[in-house]
Amino acid sequence: MSARATTEPLPRPARVRFTQLVGVGLLGVAGRPGRAALSALGIAIGVAAVVAILGIGAAGQAELSARLDALGTNLLRVSAGQTFSGETSRLPREVVDMVARVPGVHRAGGTGSVRDTTVHRTDLTDPRATGSIEVLAARTNLPDVVGAGVRTGAWLNDATGQYPSVVLGSAAAEHLAVDVPGTQVWLGGRWFTVIGVLHPVELAPELDRSALIGWVVAESLLGFDGHPTTVYERSADDVVEQVAALLPGTVNPERPNEVKVSRPSDALAAKLAAQSTFATAYLGLGVVALVVGGIGVANTMVVSVVERRAEIGLRRALGAGKRQIRTQFLTEAVLLSGLGGVVGVLLGLGTAAAWAVNSGWPVTVPTTAVAAGVGASVLIGSVAGWFPAARAARLSPTEALAAA
Amino acid sequence: MTAPVIELDRVSRTYPGRVHALRRVSLRVDPGELVAVVGPSGSGKSTMLQLMGTLDHPTEGVVRLLGHDVAQLDDRRLAAVRARRIGFVFQQFLLTAHLTATQNVATGLLYHGASGSEQLRRAIEALERVGLGHRLGHRPAQLSGGEKQRVAIARALVARPAVVLADEPTGALDSASGAGVLDLLRELNDEGTTIVVITHDLGVAGRFPRRVELLDGEVRHDTALVRP
Repeated sequence: MSARATTEPLPRPARVRFTQLVGVGLLGVAGRPGRAALSALGIAIGVAAVVAILGIGAAGQAELSARLDALGTNLLRVSAGQTFSGETSRLPREVVDMVARVPGVHRAGGTGSVRDTTVHRTDLTDPRATGSIEVLAARTNLPDVVGAGVRTGAWLNDATGQYPSVVLGSAAAEHLAVDVPGTQVWLGGRWFTVIGVLHPVELAPELDRSALIGWVVAESLLGFDGHPTTVYERSADDVVEQVAALLPGTVNPERPNEVKVSRPSDALAAKLAAQSTFATAYLGLGVVALVVGGIGVANTMVVSVVERRAEIGLRRALGAGKRQIRTQFLTEAVLLSGLGGVVGVLLGLGTAAAWAVNSGWPVTVPTTAVAAGVGASVLIGSVAGWFPAARAARLSPTEALAAA
Repeated sequence: MTAPVIELDRVSRTYPGRVHALRRVSLRVDPGELVAVVGPSGSGKSTMLQLMGTLDHPTEGVVRLLGHDVAQLDDRRLAAVRARRIGFVFQQFLLTAHLTATQNVATGLLYHGASGSEQLRRAIEALERVGLGHRLGHRPAQLSGGEKQRVAIARALVARPAVVLADEPTGALDSASGAGVLDLLRELNDEGTTIVVITHDLGVAGRFPRRVELLDGEVRHDTALVRP
């Protein structure tokens, strides 16, 4: 009892600065660089996959929506459709003008199928081999309405439309092996002169496989009946739906249900949506890779705790509490995983940028993907490190030192 | 009257499987003492060191450190006691391979709450005190066995503990380096550090002023108790 009276008070637990414990964890990782690199690799691959997929997806979508913006979503395509009995119904001769008068329509153009007419490179080719190139009579304002560009030569005008002149769609030109204007082709039993070749027409791909001739020449030389088969129109963006509802009744008041109205930009919009679906599926794979990477980090930490029992014992002897041991190992796991995350983000961004450049897309930096990649790796590190760190903390000092 | 640095009061330690490592051992270490605990392997001397160092708890009896019953302290308080009042030296040195001598010694102050620069300053001081002022930036692999143990002793001393507990400090050294380490421990004791050394080597123990002989978990002989 007398001894008690003169005892000095025992020290209070000191707060070790968090930065110092992080420093210990950092040295623990840096002191075993080979192992750190290998266990961070799994996370790096997972994050790189996720970032690259999101980056490529974002670039692809940016490209598609830019294209959609350039092409416009206000084009409607009206075709005759089929009668109840299955025959192709006819649109009235004046249908293009009728459509042009529909409220909200800015401009309208049309094509008419010239039946039983084929086009060939020479008069020696078998006339039955059509090469699936359709001969169409075209209104002169057609390129303006559908957004078609002339690759070489010129488009039909009022003058050239009266003579045997033809403008080829891109695929038709390729099929006929024509690339310079002035070439003659055998069309409907006579020679037509190619005066121009079109670029692919994104919103009216049916024109790519066609040979377009003037309305007048089709009627005078090839027996064309003068009835348009397809009408294209553009309206103001905000009235597209209303116009679409008015069109069937306008072009065929008796049988409006036979008329087919479509919006070609819907296909592109659908592609846009489909791409994000694809990205989601691949993203799933990336997440799987991340989880596997996390298991790798957990594995490394478990092995590390077993191997470093002596170090744990020493630290306990030097005055580390359970909490400080846990913080140290948790820090190491987060650092390992975070290191993998940063490397993975860089790899992923590089891959996405290379892909975009290669595809001629705009290079975009998916900031959410970068944040998600780093965030996920840190989260995975703390989850993966939790169990091994808790085990290290639970280890009794004597057990730990027995391993020395 | 000052309290003993360490006091074991009828302490027993039984491991699962009914192994009696220590049986009702009583021992008192006063400030400034230099004690050798000697015994063959299995005599319970390592268990005794772990109990003295608060790394383990007795099954029966009381361990007092500077007059305080160790059983009353929770993990955090015990950790603080180890950080500031007890220095450990191990047979295998337990130095961290990728750290320099200075960094290894500074680890002895990590859980002390000192700032990084103060840790390094005091680590250099401690290394100079053990005669390694010329090896500050060396890593363990670049040091001889004797030098490694000096680094480990510097690490035990750096927090200026009330007692240094050394477990077979010469066990992994050749006789010349071992003798050097023992000389160092004596010098440190002359300067006032309380030191308890555990050894199986009677030759080593013979160089200490007080010897406690352990056999089968019991104290067979304590030179402090037979003095007239």
